[in-house]
Amino acid sequence: MVEAADTGVVFWLLAAAVLISGFLVVSLKNIFHCAIFLVICLTAVAGIFLLLDAEFLAAAQVLIYVGAVSILMIFAIMLTSRLAAHNVIQTNRHAIIAFFISMVFGLGAIALIAGTHIWRLAIETLPADNIATIGKLLMTEFMLPFEVVSVLLLAAMIGAIVLARKEGS
Amino acid sequence: MVNYLALAAILFAIGLFGVITRRNTIGILMSLELMFNAVNINFVTFNKFVATDSLVGQLFAIFIVVVAAAEAVVGLALVILVYRNWRGIDSDKYSIMKW
Repeated sequence: MVEAADTGVVFWLLAAAVLISGFLVVSLKNIFHCAIFLVICLTAVAGIFLLLDAEFLAAAQVLIYVGAVSILMIFAIMLTSRLAAHNVIQTNRHAIIAFFISMVFGLGAIALIAGTHIWRLAIETLPADNIATIGKLLMTEFMLPFEVVSVLLLAAMIGAIVLARKEGS
Repeated sequence: MVNYLALAAILFAIGLFGVITRRNTIGILMSLELMFNAVNINFVTFNKFVATDSLVGQLFAIFIVVVAAAEAVVGLALVILVYRNWRGIDSDKYSIMKW
């Protein structure tokens, strides 16, 4: 665990990394560079999870997002590379409207967060053995969602194979 | 706690901006991943500071990660399919499912 005195500095560094790389993901012209910054952003979010005492989720984030989803994105970009190579315009004409919508949403959410004091902060801390507690929850209380999610993954895998294979093969 | 929630709100707004403005379908999917991550930060934050008796918030975030991975797999397969058939994946070009 990070010391309480260090948490502030580490949090601000990670938050800056998340926000800067996240902004670059949505604003850069070259879609391949966007994917690289998406990797940085997701890794920094894993660090945020570590600060919030979610060790298993941080590991899963690195394994699934940084290891699998980002690589998948980069593969898809390379397979459609004709679009990334040319300097085509990557944004549509709604940029100004979208800027206002997201500004209104973001500032509204922050104002709501800053103005709310109804949350009763808990005094006790989280269960100490993170992975053991999650495993027990998965095997007892959340057994059904766990099994449904495995069926969903199987369906997604079969669906992706069926969609992406060549006709007639 | 407010810092984490504000970070998640800004990240969600950035993802929303990307979803609306991107023409490239892969760009839209990447912005969607940013929004999923903002929601996950919210879940874990509330789990740590408000509802600490169990780890249900982290568990829900794990389910979100799994479902997002499945979504990315199917979405990218669709992107490859669309690219193969129309030679382009700009979301304002293909409107074949419009009435």
